[in-house]
Amino acid sequence: MADELTNLIADLKETEALELVEKRLSAGGNPLDILAAARGGLEIVGKRFAANEYFIPDLVYSGEILRQVVKIVEPKLKGGHEMKRIGKVVFGTVAGDIHDIGKDIVVFMLDINGFEVHDLGIDIPAQAFVDKIKETGAPIVGLSGFLTLAFDAMKETIKAIEAAGLRDKVKIMIGGGQIDEEIRKYTGADAFGKDAIEAVKLAKQFLR
Amino acid sequence: MSEQKPWQKMTAEERLESRLRNFLNPKNANFESPEAQANYQGRVNRLIDAIQLKKKPDRIPVYPLLTFLPAHLAGITYKDAMYDYGKTMEAWRKYVYEYEPDAYAGPFLAISGKLLDIIQYKMYRWPGRGVSERAPYQCVEGEYMKAEEYDDLINDPSDFFLRIYLPRIIGGFAGFQKLRPFSEIIEITSLAQNLIYLGMPEVQETLETLIVAGKEAMAWLMELLSFEVEVRNRGFVSGAGGMSGAPFDVLGDTLRGTQAVMMDMYRRPEKILQAVERLVPIMIRRGVKGANATGNPMITLPLHKGADNFMSDAQFQKFYWPTLKKVILGLIEEGCIPMPFAEGSYNRRLQYLAELPAGKTAWFFDQTDMVKAKEVIGDRVCMIGNVPSSLMISAEPRKVEEYCQVLIDKVGKGGGFIMANGTALDEAKPENLRAMIEYTKKNGKYSQK
Ligand code: B12
Repeated sequence: MADELTNLIADLKETEALELVEKRLSAGGNPLDILAAARGGLEIVGKRFAANEYFIPDLVYSGEILRQVVKIVEPKLKGGHEMKRIGKVVFGTVAGDIHDIGKDIVVFMLDINGFEVHDLGIDIPAQAFVDKIKETGAPIVGLSGFLTLAFDAMKETIKAIEAAGLRDKVKIMIGGGQIDEEIRKYTGADAFGKDAIEAVKLAKQFLR
Repeated sequence: MSEQKPWQKMTAEERLESRLRNFLNPKNANFESPEAQANYQGRVNRLIDAIQLKKKPDRIPVYPLLTFLPAHLAGITYKDAMYDYGKTMEAWRKYVYEYEPDAYAGPFLAISGKLLDIIQYKMYRWPGRGVSERAPYQCVEGEYMKAEEYDDLINDPSDFFLRIYLPRIIGGFAGFQKLRPFSEIIEITSLAQNLIYLGMPEVQETLETLIVAGKEAMAWLMELLSFEVEVRNRGFVSGAGGMSGAPFDVLGDTLRGTQAVMMDMYRRPEKILQAVERLVPIMIRRGVKGANATGNPMITLPLHKGADNFMSDAQFQKFYWPTLKKVILGLIEEGCIPMPFAEGSYNRRLQYLAELPAGKTAWFFDQTDMVKAKEVIGDRVCMIGNVPSSLMISAEPRKVEEYCQVLIDKVGKGGGFIMANGTALDEAKPENLRAMIEYTKKNGKYSQK
């Protein structure tokens, strides 16, 4: 019994979806319900991505549609629209590496799946991860890295987390183009993921 | 000597033969010894036999893929590799002479940092300029071509580059924003009107910068050439005579950028299709010019955004493959050997590769399942790859050898295979690099019957 807006977003019908949002709002629709329906669409997108029906362009495009829905709906919200957050994640691209496309996609997917993501950005030194973990108390850390130099940067970041006495307080996942099981072992991470959907799956497992 | 047929009248096959003759017997080569010449020709033949699928080479050739790896092996920083030409060439010489690959990737990949400084390149960060001295140069994602500029690109690509795009991404080109299109110079009055713009202070400044840049580029080229000539005279072969690529990547990498091109696939698909079509002859020309300049017909085409996870099959069929195929066929028509590098994985694209004429292309694979690919395309294209970077960097040499053995058995069978690692490496354990090369040389021999 999926909502029409949910379906439009799941099918990536940008114009139609945004028109429907406008229509519902002017008909007095509840902005929170609209957002929930839109997020439902993104969930379907995520499932289709996992099933190899959708690919990165579709994922990125759905994110863009959601951003626009939020932009239209936001002014009508009287505060307190923050969705309930299921867990904190500290995330960033490791030192030496300035790639952000992959990281941004993962951060976005974690966010819409209910995680409170503290995105440190790119080229992040180990100490900055340590500081952020201390500050937020986040139980999950995500390290992204694209270049092979990230193998060592990840290893060093994880060492620094250990040296700060935090290793048993956090679960660490790593990812990015060249990361595989060999590198998971090499860096001492808890898990690695091949794409943004796996990142969400891992983060949810870590919470259990 | 018999009269040469004019190039225009030659068939693709004759052009290839002509290029291969020159490749095998470079006009101005001055080999150090008969042995060096035999080694050079042996390496060329080994590569060409693997690529053409007509007969098995004497053994599987080895072609390590790399960017800064020789600098790493020589213990110099990436910054040195970009700024100190002498150290760079020394590092590459050392690499080539110590490891003796069948084909080498040259020091032109260690772009001159001095040149980038002079020209004020804004699209990348490089060691000491935005990234650490131990990190390689890296592209800064951005929407460098705006959505409303598609027609500028399509109508007149060179003018778009000269007056709009390059001034935006290169500080040293900024003055060219003030120019009028040179295609307006048609007769005497328009000539004079047009040239007035060359006198504007911003344009003058750009012209002065370009003179300095041109001199630096030439100094760098001289270093590269002296390297290339020396190693060739000692019997070594460069793996790349030129570069080209997929039109969709030209658009998606550094014109529109990843995020924007993905939006365009939905919002303005027609514009993408027009633009990639427009880029086809440009990408063919780029490869051909490279082959003409170097005398080496092997053209590398790094492929980015058509990989398995980057788009659906329908999107690949619509946006990516048709124009890539045209570029590949256009290069073949000119007697070149296109060598596309399928970065990421291409497991779901293999049936398209099977559309290509047999024995005319060689494909580098990064994370594609080589054994499956051999079944699907092994009779049509030479396969190159794919020892994972994780093994090259973090594993024991024994693991590299085990991986190579599987490739030798399953993918090397019957020829049509070149051993390589899957990722252009900036670093690796020396013993692992040696393991890949030596193991293949020792165990990759074919019985000739
Ligand atoms: C596109 C691309 C480029 C573009 C980048 C700019 C642009 N506008 O696109 C351009 C053409 C400029 C480029 C240039 C170069 N590139 Co390049 N490039 C690529 C390519 C094809 C894709 C990268 C990409 O956009 N990925 C898309 C994102 C979405 O993927 P991702 O980051 O992996 O993220 C996903 C997953 O990994 C995962 N994930 C990511 N982070 C995390 C974190 C966690 C915790 C989890 C669970 C999951 C996860 O989820 C994400 C979404 O699903 C890769 C090869 C490949 N297919 O991976 C090579 C690649 C990165 N490039 C490479 C090279 C060598 C270069 C050059 C040096 C080449 C040269 N000599 O000039 C230059 C300079 C380096 C640079 N990066 O700038 C090498 C790097 C090798 C190395 N030593 O590290 C690669 C791996 C290609 C190869 N096989 O050799 N490149």
